[in-house]
Amino acid sequence: MSAPPPRLPPPSGAWGARAVTVRYGHRLALDQVTFQALPGQVSAVVGGDGAGRTTLLRCLSGAIAPGGGTVARPARIQVGYLSAGSGTYPDLTVAENLAFRAAAYQIPAAAAGPRIREYLGRAGLADARDRLAGQLSGGMRQKLGVIAAMLHHPALLILDEPTTGVDPVSRADLWSLIARAAAEGAAVAFSTSYLDEAERATHVLILAEGRELAAGSPGQIAAAMPGRLWVTGTRPAGPARARSWRRDGRWRVWQPEGDRDPAGRFGDPVQPDLQDAVTVAILTRELDGDRTGDRDRRGGDPALSAREGR
Amino acid sequence: MWAMIVKEFRQLRRDRRTLAMMIVLPVVLLVVFGYAASFDVSAIPAVVAGPQAAQAPVRAPFQVVQRAPSEGAAWAQDELRDGHAAVAVVTGARPMVLIDGSQLFTAKAALAALESASTTFHAGGGFAAGGQAAGGQSASAPQVRVLYNPALKTSYIMIPGLAGVVLVFVGIIITSLGVVRERQTGTLEQLAVMPLRPRDVFLGKIAPYFAVAAADLALVLAVGVALFGVPFRGSYAVFALGALLFLFVTLGIGVLISSVSENQGQAIQMSFMFTLPQVLLSGLIFPLSSIAAGVRWISYLLPLTYFNEISRGVMLRAEPIGPLWPPLLFLALLGLVVMTLAMLRFRSYLGPAGSGGGRGGQNAVAGAAGTPDPATAGSR
Repeated sequence: MSAPPPRLPPPSGAWGARAVTVRYGHRLALDQVTFQALPGQVSAVVGGDGAGRTTLLRCLSGAIAPGGGTVARPARIQVGYLSAGSGTYPDLTVAENLAFRAAAYQIPAAAAGPRIREYLGRAGLADARDRLAGQLSGGMRQKLGVIAAMLHHPALLILDEPTTGVDPVSRADLWSLIARAAAEGAAVAFSTSYLDEAERATHVLILAEGRELAAGSPGQIAAAMPGRLWVTGTRPAGPARARSWRRDGRWRVWQPEGDRDPAGRFGDPVQPDLQDAVTVAILTRELDGDRTGDRDRRGGDPALSAREGR
Repeated sequence: MWAMIVKEFRQLRRDRRTLAMMIVLPVVLLVVFGYAASFDVSAIPAVVAGPQAAQAPVRAPFQVVQRAPSEGAAWAQDELRDGHAAVAVVTGARPMVLIDGSQLFTAKAALAALESASTTFHAGGGFAAGGQAAGGQSASAPQVRVLYNPALKTSYIMIPGLAGVVLVFVGIIITSLGVVRERQTGTLEQLAVMPLRPRDVFLGKIAPYFAVAAADLALVLAVGVALFGVPFRGSYAVFALGALLFLFVTLGIGVLISSVSENQGQAIQMSFMFTLPQVLLSGLIFPLSSIAAGVRWISYLLPLTYFNEISRGVMLRAEPIGPLWPPLLFLALLGLVVMTLAMLRFRSYLGPAGSGGGRGGQNAVAGAAGTPDPATAGSR
């Protein structure tokens, strides 16, 4: 058995999906979605429940075939995939789970042991190597899933919600693992419903109901937000009420372009970040779709969580 | 409490399989097994050999399947060994009735018929009801020999059959659970994107069950022989061939069941539906000839029926491979069909995106390669 091949660069500069469409029966899960994952960078797919994040990553991994569009990915042996959940065997120990992955990905036996030890150390799981995966805490199990996915040094590392349901300390550990994989040259694609996590990514794709809402770097998405943003201590009345949401204990008020209310009418100006831009994008979509108005919005899409605001 | 009752009914209504099992299955089982559950043997296949074979009168419950005046006791015994008849009558100066003890209930019925007051054996070579003398010769008692299971022990016929039940249990129930567990834990999707060929995953998945079943089989036979004194008179190789083919069928059925089950509960339910008929209709307990003809056809679709034939034939009667080719062929064909279907189902899970399992190269996969399975698809 020889060593796995070195990471190959993507043929067109990035792995990813181009204009991908997926249907589940009559339901359109993804509609002409494009996503890219560049080597050495972390790309995030963000969206609420039913947005199509998992479907997009499954397409990217090869678990499902798209109904339309194209997917560029390395050979299977160069793909690392963590499916929703930890993707590990609960009735195998931590070490046995990793040994199975090492064998499946053709890591030579002589190299497998040291590498497993190295990754257990990185994840802080060295003391848990003989525990059954099913007996680990949620955070430990997720870390196991992540290191199992990256054990063979994949060119494309796909992680479906690696941090969901994980405590803050384990989240930090997971982020350390992910960032290190990218620093070592992997193209990392991950999904999350947490906007604060998405802000750490180099490239972000925001999905809503299977469609692209926004894409680019967090700064680009924030800068592209139309209109202006204000922050105030009390929720405004009138039409602006429907364009306001609570964040960090205060109210954000979005003023669309062309709105003729005077400057300062809603409070102090604030520079929008990714969370604000995504909230505005969702708001715009909702207001365009139905104008039911007065809703108690707390950070945009109820399914999208900006963690500290919820 | 009312809320609890309503909730349970709502859940039950959506669990169609359980509902079907609770309502339809008892009725089906009652009808099927009502016709099947019988130890009464009304027809006993018999061959007649010896000089008076042509004219020897043989009456019910014996049914002559062949008369061979030119053959003797050795031929008659071979006919029993090869399963062509349950009773062999050898006419001549020293008349004999040979009974196949490996067909327990048929043998008992034959003995009862011979001993009945209304049956008289004729020295001229036959037995007829009503004490009528055939050919004017006086009646005399024949030598009656029960072959293969002289003491008519139940364990002699149950142990070879139970070996088959063990293979059904491991092959169908345990295998179906093992595969569906991958689906439940979400690891099947991991396997789908790993650089493993579907064939490797499939074989890797069933090989351990195959080994466990083989070990179980050896254990059951060893205990049967050591503890119950069941003989193993035939060829180990022929028995192993039959067990191998039978195991392929059961493992394939196990994988097929797992492929249409969402969870282990469903897999158990379906396995139960496959296993119960095997136990009750395969001839393991009730003689096939006692099962009503309207239900008996089901018996001939069940793999355990054929394995029983092989295991009893080889173990008790030392039946050679020659006369066993029909059950061996049936199991081979059934195994081929079931394994092919199971493999196709497996392939549909693993590698639908058409990405090669190769180590090098890259893939640009165009659309329209397949349709996602909504049952396994995430919706986030």
